[in-house]
Amino acid sequence: MRRYFGRKLLVYGLTFFVAVTINWMIPRFMPGDPVSSMVARTGASNPAAAETMRVYYTNLFGFDQPLWKQYVNFWGALFQGDFGISIWVFPTPVTEVILGAVPYTLGLMIPSVLLSWVVGNWFGAYAARRKVLDNTLLPVGYVLTAMPYMWLAVLLAWGLGVVAGWFPVAGGYSFSMQPSWSWEFILDLLHHWVLPFASLFLVALGGWAIGMRNMIIYELESDYSNYLAALGAPQRLIRRYAFRNAVLPQITGLALQLGVLVAGALVTEIVFSYPGLGSLILKAIQNQDFFLLQGTFLFIVLGVLIANFIIDIVYVVVDPRTRAGMAGAAA
Amino acid sequence: MTALQEVPAQDAAAPAGVRREALYFALRNGKLLTGFGIVLTLFLLGLLGPLFLSGTGSEYGTQPMQPPSAEHWFGTTTFGQDVFTQFVYGLRTTFVVGAMGGGIAAVIAMLVGFVAGYRGGLVDEALNMFTNIVLVIPTLAVLLIINAYLGVRSVGAQALFIGLTSWPWAARAIRAQTFSLRTRDFVDLARLSGANTWKVITREIAPNMSSYLFMTFILLFGGSVLIASSLDFIGLGPTEGISLGLMLQNANQWSAMQLGMWWWFIPPGAGITAIVGSLYVANVGLDEVFNPKLRET
Repeated sequence: MRRYFGRKLLVYGLTFFVAVTINWMIPRFMPGDPVSSMVARTGASNPAAAETMRVYYTNLFGFDQPLWKQYVNFWGALFQGDFGISIWVFPTPVTEVILGAVPYTLGLMIPSVLLSWVVGNWFGAYAARRKVLDNTLLPVGYVLTAMPYMWLAVLLAWGLGVVAGWFPVAGGYSFSMQPSWSWEFILDLLHHWVLPFASLFLVALGGWAIGMRNMIIYELESDYSNYLAALGAPQRLIRRYAFRNAVLPQITGLALQLGVLVAGALVTEIVFSYPGLGSLILKAIQNQDFFLLQGTFLFIVLGVLIANFIIDIVYVVVDPRTRAGMAGAAA
Repeated sequence: MTALQEVPAQDAAAPAGVRREALYFALRNGKLLTGFGIVLTLFLLGLLGPLFLSGTGSEYGTQPMQPPSAEHWFGTTTFGQDVFTQFVYGLRTTFVVGAMGGGIAAVIAMLVGFVAGYRGGLVDEALNMFTNIVLVIPTLAVLLIINAYLGVRSVGAQALFIGLTSWPWAARAIRAQTFSLRTRDFVDLARLSGANTWKVITREIAPNMSSYLFMTFILLFGGSVLIASSLDFIGLGPTEGISLGLMLQNANQWSAMQLGMWWWFIPPGAGITAIVGSLYVANVGLDEVFNPKLRET
């Protein structure tokens, strides 16, 4: 088990290292001079003022230092939680901007990912080897999983929001309200949360249901199932054993899908102008706010790594083979 | 003696027989035919459609915000652009991104998977570590950074970067398959007769999992299309030309939803869903053709 976690942590550590390096390196390959474009963007028409700004920025970002020192400085700043200053909402620190958006993204993602996984697995397991259900669930599942996240989001927003008028289609809460812990505000928050949640939930649901169905069919064909059936075990019992075995690859699948799920959440937020990381990324791109973009990138990578680690722990709890030191999840 | 003479004859006939059997089942597999039918129809529309259309869909017209009519099959945008023309050109882009991105990813996945699975040992450890690192990093986030900074705005470059980042799961799957094949007798025999690694992989291992490789490519193709559409939607799509994702982005940006212009945002999403969904369904059909266990009785 120690070996299992050791390997995992090594991979995550290296991944974080690679991500930070990418984050540091790519701006250096950017065509053109980032400082001059930033100075130009700030709209300093006065040449003297522009020059002062240039010196200020050059000092701030350390472009006058040797490359290796810039790299070390970058890591140093990172450990102090310093991601730079946002240009979009100058002069708020990037960390502050991101931390304000993270709760919305998490509030959207955690329930939709977990619920779609549970419900999808349940549906898939139930539909496997049941002709009628299988023939209806499978096509629906494939259509859902093939949908671009933003398209289902647009369809829901248009159908249930604009046409039916049941749900608001933009923002995390009404513009007339101030965030507070009153019931009124929380209800409003939930009202805005329903549609983005539903679209994330539905797209992910299809994939899990199909995966589970295929796994159950595979397990029901295996030797132990046939043996149990030959012994005269009730179908319910066989299915329960099949389910337990089929859940393991689905847990691994959840880890593999995390990147796709994050991407889905980002574009869904953009459709609904939901004030999470996705909208932040859009703002960062539109305003050429590279610090914000880089900070968001690192936050997402960090989040995915933490989620991966939690899934690893769950896997150890669920699969006794990993605990016994056998190669249960040799990855 | 007759028995011995019969064996080579049977062997020679076997591949053709397998192929004929596969074709027999392929032509009777509804999922495969429907799936590939839809994809082929959309492909031909994208390929041949522009020959019959005037303009490229980006020209501003005189009739903005028109619902679908005989003149404009899918209506027009806020700027009077013909949505159907955009759709047809968008299909082209989508197929190019899918084929290129999926193709590049498949090549990398095969290289990494075959070498890691066949060689084993330290090479496997190193490649596995590399695969896991790329696997854990969220692809879209990396693509965001790359596209935003380097200003990568051509379809080809977009497909290249998608290909470079979306191969890991396929490499792992191919590695596992190779692992189960490498100890088979025919592989040992090839190795004993002096074939080098490259030859063993291309002559013995790859052909034995060709159906699996083809299905992997299809999934990578679908994945590339979806990733590209997300990138386009965020605003990091190609600056020249049009794609289905860009159509969705434009529709969202110019509030087509609030204005009730459903004809602007339904076709591009439906196109992507149709292509990717049909590919998935065709893949299930292919699985049934190649794997007799799964065939419906």
